[in-house]
Amino acid sequence: MARSVIVDYDAGNLRSVQRACREVGLDAAIASEPQAVAHAERVIFPGVGQAGSAMATLRRTGLDAALRHAIDAGTPILGICLGLQISLDHSEEGDTPCLGLIPGRVRRFALDDPRLKVPHMGWNEVRVVQSHPVLDGIEPGDEFYFVHAYYPDPASKASVLAVANYEREFCCALGLGNYIGVQFHTEKSGRVGLDLIARFAAWDGLFSPPQEGAC
Amino acid sequence: MLSKRLIACLDVREGKLAKSVRFVDTQDIGDPVEKAREYYADGLDELVFYDITASSDKRRILLEFVEAVAAEVFIPLSVGGGVRSVADATDLRLAGAEKINVNSAAVRRPELISECAHAIGAQNVVLSMDVLRVPVSGATPSGYEIVINGGRTRMGLDALAWALRGEALGAGELVVNSIDADGTREGYELNLTRLVADAVRIPVIASGGAGVPEHLHEVLTKGHADAALVASMVHFGDYTCSGLKRHLHAQGVKMRMRW
Repeated sequence: MARSVIVDYDAGNLRSVQRACREVGLDAAIASEPQAVAHAERVIFPGVGQAGSAMATLRRTGLDAALRHAIDAGTPILGICLGLQISLDHSEEGDTPCLGLIPGRVRRFALDDPRLKVPHMGWNEVRVVQSHPVLDGIEPGDEFYFVHAYYPDPASKASVLAVANYEREFCCALGLGNYIGVQFHTEKSGRVGLDLIARFAAWDGLFSPPQEGAC
Repeated sequence: MLSKRLIACLDVREGKLAKSVRFVDTQDIGDPVEKAREYYADGLDELVFYDITASSDKRRILLEFVEAVAAEVFIPLSVGGGVRSVADATDLRLAGAEKINVNSAAVRRPELISECAHAIGAQNVVLSMDVLRVPVSGATPSGYEIVINGGRTRMGLDALAWALRGEALGAGELVVNSIDADGTREGYELNLTRLVADAVRIPVIASGGAGVPEHLHEVLTKGHADAALVASMVHFGDYTCSGLKRHLHAQGVKMRMRW
């Protein structure tokens, strides 16, 4: 039976994500079997750790193909932190080829100010730049909890949904079709983070960005 | 840009919230789960749970507390007290802790820091240091010495050197706790905090001595700390988390003001 799943691929503790889902009434099972992910009703793809070892595990277990199947089937998918990063084509972390679910690359922060620390860790404001069913409701001044040294740089600006500022603006949420990814730990971001998960739980997976070049 | 963080520390002893003054005379002051829930609802940015009994037969109690808090509190949760191995760290992570604090055991066996960093990610390993002001000497050129076992055992180890070693071993964050200031409510040890914060490239959490909101302002500005840890100020009801954050925000410190 199709149900919501949290993808388990040995990339960090998933129970905090599961607890946050439960808090907003989304019953999500932690799943490591490709079949469960490929045929899920809804997929949450979290993760912390290194891109290289994460990709190796996904390939070894066949979860990479399962995620691609879910994308093609129109399943709503939420990538969080490393889950988002390895959904792009390539990560600078260990020069790692990634899943390629979303065109683009993952880059390491290269900051001019030596006082700014990497990883970027703590609460920072998320500014929505494009309306999306999962992000609508985030208001100016709402902050989310970040822990990361790399950030997503999608190939198409049309998929940038939100930005944050750390010396300069970087993409912290992106969307393409039935996929949405957030760089911040929405499960550890208090009420605003839980609200985001609740909206994801209600999302039908439909999103049409404006055509590239349109005003 | 990043906000400065307000962190509340809950010292737990035998399942109850305790607060020490200069590390002795601890007194019980309530139910830690209830306090955690209250602070979360009132805008706290991060919680630290510290098990000051931490004997192995009491580990189960701590894990149950962490589980209970993690089920309701959706901000980063950091736990420490008696973490001696990767297995201890992993148990706490499964119970719901984001970050693991290591302290005495890391001083005795520094590889614990790198082992934990490898197992759970460097950003989740917090090196907590209890520091005593001492005369400048060959062993302690910074004038600060590391003390372990809840303030009981002096180690003859220079605090600044230890902070740098901890960072090199893979600690993702430092808690700098001044034993001289702890529980006095006379203010953080600004000199110590700034000394460490200026020397490392990882976030520094100032701990020990906060008594009035201005102390937090001082340590987050002049002390160069990334976060201020409070205990007595909020546990006894003299101040609230939201009140402290409003004060800091009004003074121009960037804080998370919506929750």
